[in-house]
Amino acid sequence: MSVLVGKDTKLVVSGITGREGTFHTLNNRSYGTNVVAGVTPGKGGQDVEGIPVFDTLHKAVDETGANTAMIFVPPRFAADAILEAEDAGIELIIAITEGIPAHDELRVFNHIKSKGTSRLIGPNCPGILSPGKANVGIIPASFFREGQVGVVSRSGTLTYQIGNELAQRGFGNSSIVGIGGDPVPGSNFIDILELFEADDQTELIVMSGEIGGDAEEQAAEYIKEHVTKPVIGYIAGFTAPPGKQMGHAGAIVSGSKGTAVAKAEALEACGVRVGRTPTEVANIAADILGA
Amino acid sequence: MDLLEYQGKQLLARHGVPVPSGKPAVSVAEAVAAAEEIGYPCVVKAQVQIGGRGKLGGIKVAANREEVEEHAGNILGMDIKGLTVHEVWIEQASDIASEYYASIVFDRSAKSSLVMLSTKGGMDIEAVADEDPDAIAHLHVDPLLGFQDFHGRRLAFDAGVDADVIRPIGDMLAKLYATYVEEEALLIEVNPLIITNDREIKALDAKVTLDGNALYRHPENAELSDPSAEDPQEVMAKERGLTYVKLDGNIGILGNGAGLVMSTLDVVAQAGGAPANFLDAGGGSKAEAITSAVEVILSDTKVTAVLFNIFGGITRCDEVAKGLIEAFATINPTVPFVVRLDGTNDIAGRELLAEANLPNVHTVATMLEAAEKVVELAA
Repeated sequence: MSVLVGKDTKLVVSGITGREGTFHTLNNRSYGTNVVAGVTPGKGGQDVEGIPVFDTLHKAVDETGANTAMIFVPPRFAADAILEAEDAGIELIIAITEGIPAHDELRVFNHIKSKGTSRLIGPNCPGILSPGKANVGIIPASFFREGQVGVVSRSGTLTYQIGNELAQRGFGNSSIVGIGGDPVPGSNFIDILELFEADDQTELIVMSGEIGGDAEEQAAEYIKEHVTKPVIGYIAGFTAPPGKQMGHAGAIVSGSKGTAVAKAEALEACGVRVGRTPTEVANIAADILGA
Repeated sequence: MDLLEYQGKQLLARHGVPVPSGKPAVSVAEAVAAAEEIGYPCVVKAQVQIGGRGKLGGIKVAANREEVEEHAGNILGMDIKGLTVHEVWIEQASDIASEYYASIVFDRSAKSSLVMLSTKGGMDIEAVADEDPDAIAHLHVDPLLGFQDFHGRRLAFDAGVDADVIRPIGDMLAKLYATYVEEEALLIEVNPLIITNDREIKALDAKVTLDGNALYRHPENAELSDPSAEDPQEVMAKERGLTYVKLDGNIGILGNGAGLVMSTLDVVAQAGGAPANFLDAGGGSKAEAITSAVEVILSDTKVTAVLFNIFGGITRCDEVAKGLIEAFATINPTVPFVVRLDGTNDIAGRELLAEANLPNVHTVATMLEAAEKVVELAA
């Protein structure tokens, strides 16, 4: 298997007619993802290279049976688009959009959680790739092939770097899940670790974190209690000075909390081996999987 | 975006939070004029975004015009923990019966907002939290429900505020919460929140952080800025739409994606180098953005070598190569460059660089080799 996206995915793209939205939707389709619909208010009835466009998400779901939504609209409209997808009954919402206001994210997160019927990945994430099955988002799929390593990460390009190092050692991936670099991600490490633990194809999990917040520390505790598969950790930001925001809204160290050292120690204390460079992560994987 | 004390107070005042009257001043003459209008005694307060300014002489009470001249003269231009004071806030002096503490924090871990209240205000709240955690009453507010009267009552009783101000403190917390939501703040901290001898409640200080992503909905807040807190390279980068953070070393770094750039800094440091900056050129950077980024990196005169670490997803490596070639044509850098290109259109990018044959540009295959090479060249 794989997690979250695969052969059963029926994708609707919110913001399909924008330049980036069109480009990545077509990329995803040519990879083999079943893209069934797009949504742009006022452009219902048109199509994007044969993909039907609807005015509302509800209409798209009614007509096509879409079960997964990718959000590609600009930040000021993104919270609304996520809530629309949730209201339309979409099971999995993947929000690529970067720069959504924090209070919008807070309301969206709590609403989705209280309803309990949809899962949100992102925002500000590269999406999810299940090699050989489906790609939803902006991950450059040609660098990855099918295999036994599940990857979950807060960063996009760093995920590609780690995936590439693994590929050079001969390892492929079950799924690569970007959870995003924002302060209020819809899904956290624990949510995805739970899925990889239950997934037959996944034999090893790589978890790539970064400075800021306490998501890695919480994941460490969870791994100790609930994850039987080997987990390798990586943390970016050892050289980041406190109080400075390093690009991601979530990547800021305040006081002594959220440092890379503290996160690496928390993971190691719970039995997770932590690679200090992306190359070292691949070396540890080779050590564990015996290659 | 962090506000100065007086900007924060003006923001709170717009939402009905009582604050002492005051005026900002950037010169001694302006400070005197402000004091004459406000009356004596007044307080001269350095406007810098750093705690502990009072202990370092950045806050002084003035009884008359001469003292305002003296204190404003001393404080303007003063260095407080590395920040130069460009502005003072002249404020009516307050009589203080009690000093409390109140704050609202965007709690990303709990995915809600944390409201705190304590009667131990006027001191370092982190020290209070360490030594006497029970002295800080706190609760989370569901963002879908908002701040209710019972939240205010509960905090006031739990914190043990004076009986006669239970209700007014609750009202004050409700106003602070309204400010926090309506202005889309990530932090509002009032320390101290004072009770005067006449039993009035006032915010005597204000620390406010606004969400930069939400400023488009608050154009009046977008204009607030603090020149003392900004580094010239960071200002230049911001104007060009680049994410740049100045660091102390001599190796300029450019990458795409925050995580990869952070990782690059770490690998360079492990190789024995000292990064001069964090620069995320972002996703999908075109050649012009790369050229512009090179200018920002090289405007830091400490830089002795530059590392490009690109793993193209949305970003195309040929665009990065074109940007670097253009940078050499326009600004003619004199320091060595180490370039590692992988990902989308990497072969085309490497070919462009090979054809251009730029002086002192070294193309390497992996991130680790790139880090080692740039450390060697920067020495």
